[in-house]
Amino acid sequence: MSETLSAFPLLSPFIEFGFMRRALAGCLALSLGATPVGVFLMLRRMSLAGDAMSHAILPGAAIGYLIAGLSLPAMTLGGLVAGLAVAVLAGGVARNTVIKEDTSLATFYLLSLSAGVLIISLRGSSVDLLHVLFGSVLALDDAALFLLAGFASLSIVALALGLRLFVLEGCDPAFLARISRLGPVAHYGFMVLLVLNLVAGFHALGTLMAVGIMILPAAAARLWVCDIGPLLVIAVGVAFAGSLAGLLLSYYINLPAGPAIVLTLGAIYLLSLAIGPLGPLTSRWRSGWHFER
Amino acid sequence: MRPLAPGPAGPILRFENLTLGYNRHPAVHHLRGEVAAGSLLAIVGPNGAGKSTLLKAIAGELRPLQGRIELIGVQRRQIAYLTQQATLDNSFPIVVHDFVAMGLWREIGAFGGLDRSRRRRIAEAIDGVGLNGLEARPIGALSGGQLQRALFARVMLQDAPLVLLDEPYGAIDAASVRDLAAVVRHWHDEGRTVIVVLHDLSHVRQEYPETMLLARELVARGDTASVLSEANLLRARHLAEGRGDDAHAAVCHSDQDVA
Repeated sequence: MSETLSAFPLLSPFIEFGFMRRALAGCLALSLGATPVGVFLMLRRMSLAGDAMSHAILPGAAIGYLIAGLSLPAMTLGGLVAGLAVAVLAGGVARNTVIKEDTSLATFYLLSLSAGVLIISLRGSSVDLLHVLFGSVLALDDAALFLLAGFASLSIVALALGLRLFVLEGCDPAFLARISRLGPVAHYGFMVLLVLNLVAGFHALGTLMAVGIMILPAAAARLWVCDIGPLLVIAVGVAFAGSLAGLLLSYYINLPAGPAIVLTLGAIYLLSLAIGPLGPLTSRWRSGWHFER
Repeated sequence: MRPLAPGPAGPILRFENLTLGYNRHPAVHHLRGEVAAGSLLAIVGPNGAGKSTLLKAIAGELRPLQGRIELIGVQRRQIAYLTQQATLDNSFPIVVHDFVAMGLWREIGAFGGLDRSRRRRIAEAIDGVGLNGLEARPIGALSGGQLQRALFARVMLQDAPLVLLDEPYGAIDAASVRDLAAVVRHWHDEGRTVIVVLHDLSHVRQEYPETMLLARELVARGDTASVLSEANLLRARHLAEGRGDDAHAAVCHSDQDVA
């Protein structure tokens, strides 16, 4: 049996080990749910805001941990509440004061991050802190897997229903405001989706790297296509391929899985920069199709 | 656009002692009067005269400091408003067809489908502004003139009874101006009310039967030839530079009726 498996080095870790299969399934869920949200984050020029939001969920997860230990529901609920609170507070301050949105978000996420680290250090160990910050994709249990799959399903349905709204809001928000009252629904609905996926991502990749599986595949895919539909599909493909490759690297070279996945996605992005048709190198060689009819 | 059903030739807009401004500083003073449904009206005046401010207020994006704008037989969301600086992100990965199709939002909303007749109307709108063949091109790859044509096509699909255009020919070549001016004439022929802020007075004389000359207050309103007289233009320039008899316009004494 082991000889047969050794003939398929790309498959054997997933056939042999349940924890690898779970990790792959978790990454598939994140690729399907979080990566399309990452595409819209990038298109709304909110990539760094996504990073900030990923830190903002920390105190909620930490309070959940303080109350119930490493409990999935408690940490998830805490993360959701903290993330949504920061999104609403930051948006409210930006709309009602002279503070701009980026500064507003930065202030709240810095408060959140420091409060979260403080709370964890009061009660937990550095191992617990590492779990929250860097996740544990190789230790996903059934409950975590169901949570990832559930959030991914919710996210896919919401994006499918609101796709036209999100596209219009990303492309021409002032036009949307003129023709429809759904602008705030699009904005806050998107923030809810973002927080949902960041909370899902932090179970697998931790708060620091959850945003990696959102932004890196989106940025890589953007270097290949100019249309939103194919962009979403390619980004999901890149996310899953990068996750698969990252898990295999982690297995064979004995690397920590989360960083291996994010670094693999980063490598795909760099490769896309080099050879993608919209990358800086390839686009110089292309003839001027701007003038074609 | 589909021709409008003929309606009563009454007013579509009424200004009642309208004063507009920003941060409590008035930009347009005490405007009164009406705009008849089906008008093709140019608004001209020096920089800072309040032309764009007036359009913004008609579109409902600026609350009057004083007075009111009454829309008659038309709702705010039925107004098609093309601003001076397009607010769209042209790096967004969307192709011309899908971008123009956004003009159908009022009909299809977030969930409605594009049936055959709507697809035909999108194709007609794209064809009508001379972008046929570029349907699959990303908007980021369009020239300034082509992008303005795409914006006109989107306005076309909005099928609006009241169309507001703020300096629509700002950065485009003569051929595009000629083609888009023909589109504006067609909208007027269909019975829509079209109000356009413009700077090119020779274009206004050629294309617009009716003109409103603003310089932070109403200088003149009526048929284009008489409004754009040397005396009116000189008075407008003086008012805008704060040198005229009415230079103290900031204290709002110029209660004139719009004709």
